Amino acid sequence: MLTESKFLPEDAVLSETCNAGDPWTGIVKKGQTFRILDLEGNQAVDTLFYNAIDATERYSAVDTIQRQGQIYLTTGSVLYSSEGNPMLTITADTCGRHDTIGGACSAESNTTRYALSKRPMHSCRDSFMHAITHSARVIERNISKRDITANINFFMNVPVTSDGGLSFADGISAPGKYVEMRAEMDVLVLISNCPQLNNPCNAYNPTPIQLLIWN
Amino acid sequence: MSTFNQKEILWEETVPGGNHWSGLMRRGTALRFTDMQGGANVSILFYNMEEKLERYNMPDSLKAQHTAFLTTGNVCYSDMGRVMCSFIHDTIGWHDTMCGISDAKLIEQKYGVANYQTHRNEMYRSAKDGLLIELAKHGLDQRDLVANVNLFSKVSANDSGGLVFNAGNSKAGDVVDLRFDMNVLAVLSTAPHPLDTAMTYQPSDVLLTAWHAGNAAEDDVCRNACEQNQRGFINTERFYAQ
Repeated sequence: MLTESKFLPEDAVLSETCNAGDPWTGIVKKGQTFRILDLEGNQAVDTLFYNAIDATERYSAVDTIQRQGQIYLTTGSVLYSSEGNPMLTITADTCGRHDTIGGACSAESNTTRYALSKRPMHSCRDSFMHAITHSARVIERNISKRDITANINFFMNVPVTSDGGLSFADGISAPGKYVEMRAEMDVLVLISNCPQLNNPCNAYNPTPIQLLIWN
Repeated sequence: MSTFNQKEILWEETVPGGNHWSGLMRRGTALRFTDMQGGANVSILFYNMEEKLERYNMPDSLKAQHTAFLTTGNVCYSDMGRVMCSFIHDTIGWHDTMCGISDAKLIEQKYGVANYQTHRNEMYRSAKDGLLIELAKHGLDQRDLVANVNLFSKVSANDSGGLVFNAGNSKAGDVVDLRFDMNVLAVLSTAPHPLDTAMTYQPSDVLLTAWHAGNAAEDDVCRNACEQNQRGFINTERFYAQ
């Protein structure tokens, strides 16, 4: 469902840009609102959430799907944790559909999906691995490869048909589209701004995103 | 149709409905799962037994094969781009990948309380508790609990992404055969699927039959289902090359 936000960028307590191919981490406190802005359009944003107090509790794709009987995310969707607790609620969405099952690209999955020779290409999993070895707020929570699980792909379009077919369709996002969510607990956000060049998830041209937080 | 003959059988074991099991399955062995009473569900996860950080990866399996469910010809990929196991034979046609597992709260809300004190081994168990018990036996815990496969269960999506549980997807006597292409720790629970519409707790027993299947041949149905799987098998074979 398309819903606009009442928050103004000039009121944000945090506003940062993340380039294509970079990881980003942040803390969103309970009650704060977090926005991901697709600056130039059709940019997949691979996103994981962790309970900021106890990171063994984390975003769970299957809990989010099962508890709502729904595979896509939009306004009103609740992002559930591995303990069955609401982590965030989507409160505004000008894109209309976000993916829960496509996961992150990796050097290894690129070898099977495209060609063995694609291994050297940059990938979301490599950005996650960079973050878990460089980001202080990730390291101090003991987040490691064990905790990297099926992520959300904001702005990515992965339609599933009634006969179970799955495809990576052209994006339905556009410059300036955003998704906004209210934190229901203190969360650590771990993002890879996707560098995939082998399919249309980034329109073959990965671009920057903006991250904003309001009290 | 059978994919093996009696003399190739290594062992058989029944997992009662609602129970849990784990075991090491060597590369080239296979497991037949038989639905004994109908309506069975097996919530199952796979780990590389030599490096348990390598594990079944739901998104990578779905993306590589452009499918939201698993059946004959499909394989389960690890997060390292390798084929862990293969669906070499299946009389059911659809195994769920997206809906996760039941937990104790869900079981109590749907079916009420039946604990060991009052019900002995007929107590109601959840898939999550069963999987965590089996994971703990191998030094693993909730951090290793990731998106699983639900053998025997079908949940399909409508045009807007809403999910429908297909009751009766598996009947008594239905079977699915998984060949293990790596040395795999398999961890499973036979508790009900989380979206099962049955109002009573009546999970089916599941018979496990293990046999020597051998490694995937050049003309293997799973290897040749798509180019992606051909490359996945190459990755697996490179891992075991010596």
